[in-house]
Amino acid sequence: MEHYLSLAVKSIFVENILLAYFLGMCSFLACSKKMETAVGLGMAVTFVLMVTCPANWVINHFLLAKGALAWAGMPEMDLSYLNFIVFIAVIAAMVQMVEMVLDRFSPKLYSALGIFLPLIAVNCSILGGVLFMEQRGYNFGESVVFGFGSGLGWFLAIVGLSAIRTKLQYSNVPQPLQGLGLTFMITGLMAMGFMCFAGIQL
Amino acid sequence: MPALLTKQDKKIVKNALWDDNPMSVQVLGICSALAVTVQLNTALVMCAALTFVLTMSNVTISLLRNKIPSKIRIIVELSIISSLVILADQFLKAYMYDVSKQLSVFVGLIITNCIVMGRAEAFAMANPPMKSFWDGLGNSLGYSLILIFVAIIREIFGSGTLLGFQVVPLALYDMGYVDCGIMVLAPGAFFLIGAFIWIQRAITPEITHKDVTK
Repeated sequence: MEHYLSLAVKSIFVENILLAYFLGMCSFLACSKKMETAVGLGMAVTFVLMVTCPANWVINHFLLAKGALAWAGMPEMDLSYLNFIVFIAVIAAMVQMVEMVLDRFSPKLYSALGIFLPLIAVNCSILGGVLFMEQRGYNFGESVVFGFGSGLGWFLAIVGLSAIRTKLQYSNVPQPLQGLGLTFMITGLMAMGFMCFAGIQL
Repeated sequence: MPALLTKQDKKIVKNALWDDNPMSVQVLGICSALAVTVQLNTALVMCAALTFVLTMSNVTISLLRNKIPSKIRIIVELSIISSLVILADQFLKAYMYDVSKQLSVFVGLIITNCIVMGRAEAFAMANPPMKSFWDGLGNSLGYSLILIFVAIIREIFGSGTLLGFQVVPLALYDMGYVDCGIMVLAPGAFFLIGAFIWIQRAITPEITHKDVTK
């Protein structure tokens, strides 16, 4: 149990998928102006990560990995080179489902997110999270915790940035630095802040 | 005989280097750029891999642009890009194993690199193959420009080396000089790119109007 808790804390804070591994930056930078959009997008990314990590684990374990097809009588088959295509296809399918669910249950959020909802499919944090899970050889339980933790970490980062940008709206920033440049600097400072979690172990 | 590189093509390539730089103006492709710039050699390999994938995918999608049904456009683009990335990844694993280990998942992440998808949607779907090739090349060069800039500064100030060669004289270390640790870590990359954007906007103020994050 502590192992899962430790993994959760690690993926939310210490190895924050955005502030430590730089994944998911594009929509992070573009969607963080308004708080509602940031919260909505953060929740969508968390949900997609929490669902695709275990789904891709199952596919990898039973179909793609070396020796995975032993149950079908082909133990020497190594389809791991297909992992990129298969993972991205699963992610695209999941995002399509999330879109349909949101359109049905929360049309306001659906229209607020606009183009960025289908863009979650190409959000590096989703594919990155899945690839990290494959690279580190997590088991099923760990992949669920890791997916949820990474999503929650991404959510924390985008909501934090949105809050800071709202507060900075009346600040006197030099014209060339406004907008994108300042956002990068703020993210750098946030990354420094999150580094203070390094070394924490449960 | 028509020139290999028309004036319009030259303009496409030149634009993507500064005025329409994929990273600092279009805000695409940030993710992989920050992570691989700790050392110059990984940054160079990443630039090469992205150039290969971007130019090939632009050309392929442009050749197929009239045949792809609009509803499954994204999936088809993703399949083409994934196949190219698998090729690049297998090539790196075979011929440059150490670097591919250092790059770990970031070669795979070229699939979700917004530049590749972004240019496929914005340019390759509406333009002929040769033009798409120059557009892909121009955007890769713009991307490489920033990557190399950040990697050189991060490697020299963060570890005192450049491509593995000791650049900071060892005598300085004896006198008390210490490597700038923040350059090796995440925040250093963010600050450097923020500074580059600041400098670019100060030199060319018209770019500020294109800011998508404002």
